Amino acid sequence: MRTKASIPEAGMGGQTRTRSKAGHEKRVNGGIYALLVIMSVIWLAPFVFLIFQSFRSYLTETGGMVDYLLPKNGWSLDNYAFLFEGSDFFSWWGSTLLASIVLGALQMGILALIKREVNKRDASEGKTQYLFLALSLLVVFVLSAAACVILHGKPDSLILSALPALVLYMAAGYVAGRFYLKQDSRLLQSIPGYPVETPLDKAKKIGGLGALYAGVIAIVMCIIKPMNASQYLIWYGNTLTIALFVAVIQTVIVLSVSYALSRIRFKGRKLIMNVVLILGMFPGFLTMITLYFLLKQLGLTQEGAVPGLILIYCASSGMGYYISKGFFDTIPKSLDESARIDGATRLQVFYKIIMPLAKPIVIYTILMAFMAPWGDFVFASYVAFGKSNSYNVAVGLYRWVNVNDYQGYFTRFCAGGVLVALPITILFLCLQKYYVEGVTGGAVKG
Amino acid sequence: MTDLEYLSYSKWKKLLVRTGNFFTSLPGKCGNGLKKLGLKVLNFFMNLFTSLKGLVTTFINGDWKTRLSYLVMGFGSCARGQWGRGILFFLFQTVFNLYMVNFGVAYLSKLNTLGVVETYKEGRRTVYGDNSFLILLYGILTLFFILAFLYTWYLNIKQNRISEEILKSGKKLKTAKDDLKSLADEQFHKTLLALPTLGVTAFTILPILFMILVAFTNFDATHQPPSKLFTWVGWDNFRQLLSSDNASYGGTFGQVLLWTLIWAFFATFLNYFLGMLVAIMINKKGIKLKKVWRTILVMTIAIPQFVSLLYVSKMFAADGLINGYLMRWGWITEPLPFWTDPIWARVTIIVINVWIGIPYLMLIATGILMNIPADLYESARIDGANAFQMYKRITLPYMLFVTGPYLLTSFTGNINNFNVIYLLSGGKPLSMNLSGNAGYTDLLITWLYKMTVNDTNYKLAAVIGILVFVVTAVINLIVYNMIPSVKNEEDFQ
Repeated sequence: MRTKASIPEAGMGGQTRTRSKAGHEKRVNGGIYALLVIMSVIWLAPFVFLIFQSFRSYLTETGGMVDYLLPKNGWSLDNYAFLFEGSDFFSWWGSTLLASIVLGALQMGILALIKREVNKRDASEGKTQYLFLALSLLVVFVLSAAACVILHGKPDSLILSALPALVLYMAAGYVAGRFYLKQDSRLLQSIPGYPVETPLDKAKKIGGLGALYAGVIAIVMCIIKPMNASQYLIWYGNTLTIALFVAVIQTVIVLSVSYALSRIRFKGRKLIMNVVLILGMFPGFLTMITLYFLLKQLGLTQEGAVPGLILIYCASSGMGYYISKGFFDTIPKSLDESARIDGATRLQVFYKIIMPLAKPIVIYTILMAFMAPWGDFVFASYVAFGKSNSYNVAVGLYRWVNVNDYQGYFTRFCAGGVLVALPITILFLCLQKYYVEGVTGGAVKG
Repeated sequence: MTDLEYLSYSKWKKLLVRTGNFFTSLPGKCGNGLKKLGLKVLNFFMNLFTSLKGLVTTFINGDWKTRLSYLVMGFGSCARGQWGRGILFFLFQTVFNLYMVNFGVAYLSKLNTLGVVETYKEGRRTVYGDNSFLILLYGILTLFFILAFLYTWYLNIKQNRISEEILKSGKKLKTAKDDLKSLADEQFHKTLLALPTLGVTAFTILPILFMILVAFTNFDATHQPPSKLFTWVGWDNFRQLLSSDNASYGGTFGQVLLWTLIWAFFATFLNYFLGMLVAIMINKKGIKLKKVWRTILVMTIAIPQFVSLLYVSKMFAADGLINGYLMRWGWITEPLPFWTDPIWARVTIIVINVWIGIPYLMLIATGILMNIPADLYESARIDGANAFQMYKRITLPYMLFVTGPYLLTSFTGNINNFNVIYLLSGGKPLSMNLSGNAGYTDLLITWLYKMTVNDTNYKLAAVIGILVFVVTAVINLIVYNMIPSVKNEEDFQ
């Protein structure tokens, strides 16, 4: 791993005339600032334009491309409204969201109370606190279930509509719990039956992450299934589903391949690496029709395009092991060896020693796997051919702007693009650190 | 020529000598490579021979359990109490036999003609004949299956021999439980690699082999299964694509290839140097808000390309924002031909690609610049070097050394950079001078895509794919021979 050496002043300096040095430095810095500002403007301008144009109404003004930037008839949300038109997204989903937020807040409050109790009393009275905790969780659970019934009281879709609320509540509870329990691990230690904080902590982490993940999947399912969705929402749901599944499966595959190739010396290892190298030199679209046909045999085209795409993205993902292998290579092998001498199996070494150390690259792999399906246009359009309900956002929006008479759909494309780009960009910027680590590591090690 | 002599040469002469050396050593290197390859092939056959000999001796020396295993796979394992293995072997054999009897033999026997029975109409009903596509695909699959079977059969016999030896020496055999345990330990790589290998075999290797074979058939719009048959035509398609006579694709292929290489060159090196420059600027001492600048630039990586590139492509369109404002301000009277003039389109694409590519390079360069020891610069400054000299003597060599492999992968990646071209220009402007629907900004890969999707000219698409592979492989081979640091992977550990 790289050490943070001091940043070299690669560019400037080294002036022999010491007197004018400061002035020169200032001028150079000024020039650099000017350049950076200009670059920033160029880099951001298209995105700002995109946002501006998404607010031009396609009803009262024109939905097509025009040669001016700001809307003339005032700013409107018509394009965004169109994306959700015909769906009960806001009434249904909005109320679920609201309920979850309220319940989450409630749980946070309860946890805060518990924390105060713990601080007040002695840790020896652990048993009451444990009961208190369990009881309060039960109360919140019953409350949330009741809220779900009241909000979406239709008996037929009860389970489907209550599920996301419950799961979101769980997620909120997880976040709240982490937040408060982290502050005071005495609460954990005070619970009888748990020797130290580690096992519970781990269970909590795994459980919480699992709940979060199941929640997002449930949300995806629920976006599409029980309500009247608009086309855009269906596309969005499709893409989100693909991205989530691919993020998990692909990460598992990539990490196992790179671990095996980096740590274990077995017969045929070089052969595998060479074969992958050669296969990688064939252009990806060469095999498009064969893949399409294979999927068709499995019934995974057109209506089944979503699982089909997941299969295709994941099946060959083992070939993209380079970057994470490069990272594993930097973890000293002596760690493995000492653990194996202590009696750990390779499996244990993998998930107990290497995985925790490889957190940056795990996050990088997940991030990449999650982001890729959002941009895939070619294969997605080929597999979903003709069935607009199986499109992903890229295909749908591309068709709006290039096939469906883009004159009328341009602003709606802008609005749709903004809604796609927003969450992805936020996610990316949050995890930027890991991205940089993966990219630089991968570039250096090839 | 001695080293001393070489050192006394001027810079240009040094370069000349080095290039000369490279080319004079090329035949030798190629010869060495061929020799190595030959040795490997020889080695392979030697191994095969010893294995076959092993099979015979095992049969002669083995007991009746082993001998029966030659016919019924897994029999020996079962008879020695290793039920788990034995049953798996036996199951595999059964499945294989069933498959071969029901499908495999039929497909294999038709593989040489790819089917002869035409589909015809009997009144209103269509009677389907042979399906060349299925025959080819399942033919390859059957071959795969046969290879897998032979290997398993060999394993089965080897297993018998080992078991016999273990029993002879008085030790106990491994139970199924031990086998399972070893999958998490000594054999852990098998567990890890099983699923990925299966996926890559089915969804990468099989399709690639299929398409390579399609390049030697006449599978196109007029020979579409299931209504029409297609068959083997030998090297005709390659001739059609590469020869320059009459209405074949030779000229177009040359042009597209040339533009692909030019594009890959600019997309790689322009981004590389500009990205490095930006990284140096941002990381310079005394520049504030480093994180802000970086975040702003990184936006183009974060936002999905189909949003940003599609929008930018529309911005530069004849009725787009840029032309609109330029005309309103009276700077131009006619819209600038960003996407309609070949030269304009190519330059625009390269420039927009800089917008997409700089941030990526900036991130990489930042990471590497941090690693250059600061005392190098310090001593250079004491020696009175100016900024440019330090860049040329310290930063650039270091960067080039460290990112050599990256440059290579980036170059080949750009040869196959579909998204940028397809979303920006879609290969346009089209031209009467180019055949096969190719446009002036089409790369080989986008041309291949058009062949597949628009023209359903699969045979030529397959040929283009193979040629892209050849181009990539040649570039890789040459460069790999020039960069020593790529070869030694253990160095990093």
